[in-house]
Amino acid sequence: MMKYKAALLFVLLAAVCLLAGCPKNDAAGEVPVVRVMVHDSFSIGVEVLERFEKGHGIRLLFLKSGDAGAALNQAILSKAHPLADVFYGVDNTFMSRALGADIFVPYSSPLLASIDESLVLDKTHRLVPVDYGDVCVNYDRAWFDREGLPVPQSLDDLVRPEYAGLLVVENPATSSPGLAFLLATVGTCGEDGFVKFWQALKKNRVLVTDGWEDAYWGKFSATSKGGRPLVVSYSASPAAEVYFAEHPPETAPTAAMTGSGTAFRQIEFAGILKGSKQPESARKVIDFLLDTPFQQEIPLKMFMFPANKNARLPEVFIEHARLASRPVILDPEVIAQRRDAWIRAWTETVLQ
Amino acid sequence: MRPSGNRAAILLVALPLAFLGVFYFYPLFEIFSLGLAPGGQWDPGAIADLFSTGSSLRILWFTAWQAALSTVLTLVLALPAAYVFARYRFPGKSLIQSCTAIPFVLPSVVVAAAFSALLGARGLLNEWLMGMWGFSSPPIQIEQSLVSILMAHVFYNFTVILRIVGNFWSRIHPDLSHAALVLGASPWKAFWKVTFPVLRPGIMAASLLVFIFCFSSFGVILILGGPRYATIEVAIYRQAVHLFNLPMAAALSLLQICFMFAFMWVYTRLQRSATVAFTPESLKTTQRDIVTNTDRLVVWGTVFLLLLFLGSPLLALVVRSLSTGSGVSLLYYRALFENAGQSVFYIPPAAAIGYSVGFALVTLVMSLCIGLPVAIFLSRDRGLATSLLDPLFMLPLATSAVTLGFGYIVALDEPPLNLRASLIIVPLAHTLVAYPFVVRSILPGLRSVPAHIRESALLLGAAPGKVWWKVVAPMMRRSLAVGAVFAFTVSIGEFGATIFLARPEVPTVPLAIYRFLGLPGAMNYGQAMAMSTILMLVTAAGFLFLEKLRTGPEGEF
Repeated sequence: MMKYKAALLFVLLAAVCLLAGCPKNDAAGEVPVVRVMVHDSFSIGVEVLERFEKGHGIRLLFLKSGDAGAALNQAILSKAHPLADVFYGVDNTFMSRALGADIFVPYSSPLLASIDESLVLDKTHRLVPVDYGDVCVNYDRAWFDREGLPVPQSLDDLVRPEYAGLLVVENPATSSPGLAFLLATVGTCGEDGFVKFWQALKKNRVLVTDGWEDAYWGKFSATSKGGRPLVVSYSASPAAEVYFAEHPPETAPTAAMTGSGTAFRQIEFAGILKGSKQPESARKVIDFLLDTPFQQEIPLKMFMFPANKNARLPEVFIEHARLASRPVILDPEVIAQRRDAWIRAWTETVLQ
Repeated sequence: MRPSGNRAAILLVALPLAFLGVFYFYPLFEIFSLGLAPGGQWDPGAIADLFSTGSSLRILWFTAWQAALSTVLTLVLALPAAYVFARYRFPGKSLIQSCTAIPFVLPSVVVAAAFSALLGARGLLNEWLMGMWGFSSPPIQIEQSLVSILMAHVFYNFTVILRIVGNFWSRIHPDLSHAALVLGASPWKAFWKVTFPVLRPGIMAASLLVFIFCFSSFGVILILGGPRYATIEVAIYRQAVHLFNLPMAAALSLLQICFMFAFMWVYTRLQRSATVAFTPESLKTTQRDIVTNTDRLVVWGTVFLLLLFLGSPLLALVVRSLSTGSGVSLLYYRALFENAGQSVFYIPPAAAIGYSVGFALVTLVMSLCIGLPVAIFLSRDRGLATSLLDPLFMLPLATSAVTLGFGYIVALDEPPLNLRASLIIVPLAHTLVAYPFVVRSILPGLRSVPAHIRESALLLGAAPGKVWWKVVAPMMRRSLAVGAVFAFTVSIGEFGATIFLARPEVPTVPLAIYRFLGLPGAMNYGQAMAMSTILMLVTAAGFLFLEKLRTGPEGEF
């Protein structure tokens, strides 16, 4: 029986270690802790965070709560007893849901002065823009060179026979880049034309995956054994391909299609949650998110563009990340009203 | 039954019921009332919608038949292996047996990557076939098809049949079927008429777990099946997360739960008549060494096929994690140990492994604390109580993770239950999925212990507790170990609930893998593969450790 006792002891010890050894959240003594709810893709550098925490005598506790949709829903569900003080990661496709649920309080940060005016969609400042990026088609450079095929330039090109069987997109019902690309087609082809466009795309053997991970890592020829040289991703993805390469290449292995009307501009917002017990500190966090030190972190941590006009972009971003020349921008109100209908029409056209 | 027996029985299930009440039914009730009775007003509109279009019923139908088909396939493929593992002793057995459970812990994105590296359009097999036989296009085209769903389900669940049925089988004396053979029965008849009826409870218990697992399948359906296939679980996720249609999500969850309850009810009734009492034997008498050439062929042939089917996708991952742009190297592994981007959320691999193993051990202990009393309670036929509680205790396994996750957010928000940001919530959620495995691992064996063994001990003057501890428990030790291994495995691999509930500074290994996959760039993908390989190694090591524990000083029973 000795062995059993040893095993039992081991398990108990492990349990105690786990419970005792983990970072304490509220035990930081005098320092007030501000909870910030974020989605999976949020990231920040150690140095920038520490400087802010020391400078203001605040500690930030991040709660990652699933993807953007799941995180927002949890914030709405916990309205009565908010999980956090600040929320980061509502994008313009979810904006109406967030504002409709009335979970944010307005705060007109002085830093809004240096934020790109076109990104401030909520004029009451309950949600302020932090970063943005364009969802568009990325292509495998080597593949197109090898095949001697010109790179498609517009949405209309994508339905031409020479590009048959080359594109992989994400399901708009389950993926946020997928939805953004659907919105790009709605914006460009119009509410009457987008179904026809997708019919043509389906005839051209478009492949649909449920999420970005599977499309990019499973089907895209530049990054996997998948055979498709065109994938819906972000206009900054090529910069990540260079930044996260084994040996940074001169030119990125992939590039983005940024022609007029081919991309959808996704904007991510932050706001102070209603019911926060420390609105003063929460405001400081919003200021921090909008100020240049954090804004300059955004490109290489999240591969989005900073909303603050004064933020300097890193070299690799200037060289390899592009913004679309005329991205589609839709009113969040319209998106909220029509989104279900558009997704249903898309599902009926493409999947059935 | 004597009144004191009743009281003991109530005491037995009090803790598990309380646990279920607080961490399952209460959160579920809260989220359901939010969805179906907004503002306190009962609104059955969503439930009516459920049946008005028929699309939900179509989804239910697909969910059920793909699960049934997956279960049958897994059973057909895994039963021969279970026989070999039950009847033979051979070198490397426990290692191979442990490794069969590795698929269970891998995130479905990673398994999908492994499958496509082997069988994808540009995968190994297709390239070989094209090079060898001059096909102009890839001859194997199974991406985004039902075939890949079924293959993945077999790949994941093989171990469930192998372990549970294999363990049960190894306790049945081979003389039973030998007698039939001597009396002139054909081998098939001997199996069908003698072995199978005795084995049936084990097969049923394992099949039930596989069925429920495939029924609530999520990642496999999404990634390997592609967007054309949807199970109820997937439909619930879409409604809850993407459309935030809580009434519809709640109605679908309710449908899922009701179906499972009804299914389990039928199962329990069938199971009740299926148990055949037999005296469990020691492995010394039920297992034999490899002697003849037939033995050799049977054992090594099985092991070869097993390694081919389960091992090659795993090997593909390992190979991928080692092949960098500049040849074979440990580059991706080394990169795991550096916080190159100076990110606040960087987690050294050792820490992620520590959290994963820590959560898994806590889950293991809690699952045993819940699962063991439940199994003991259910092992005796108590009429209505059994037929109600048996399905009830299995429900958490069949409940959508996102529904329960949202339920936690709504329900566990006030002291003393303000657990939303606490660490314990992760193993709590894991326990709900893990303890049914403990119950099903132990129950078939427990039910088949003949009453006369217990009664003779009682007659000889042993107290009921002592009978338990000295007579029944030793017979159960191996089943308990199987259950414990499953609890550990389920926790290590759990992803759906963990991503909602885990704190970012305490991520598990699957979460760490997922983080790497979230950004473009070759280094990220390479590190995800390296982390997956580490996850496989840690899991295998954990199994071997648990395996060692179960062979006590008295030797295997």
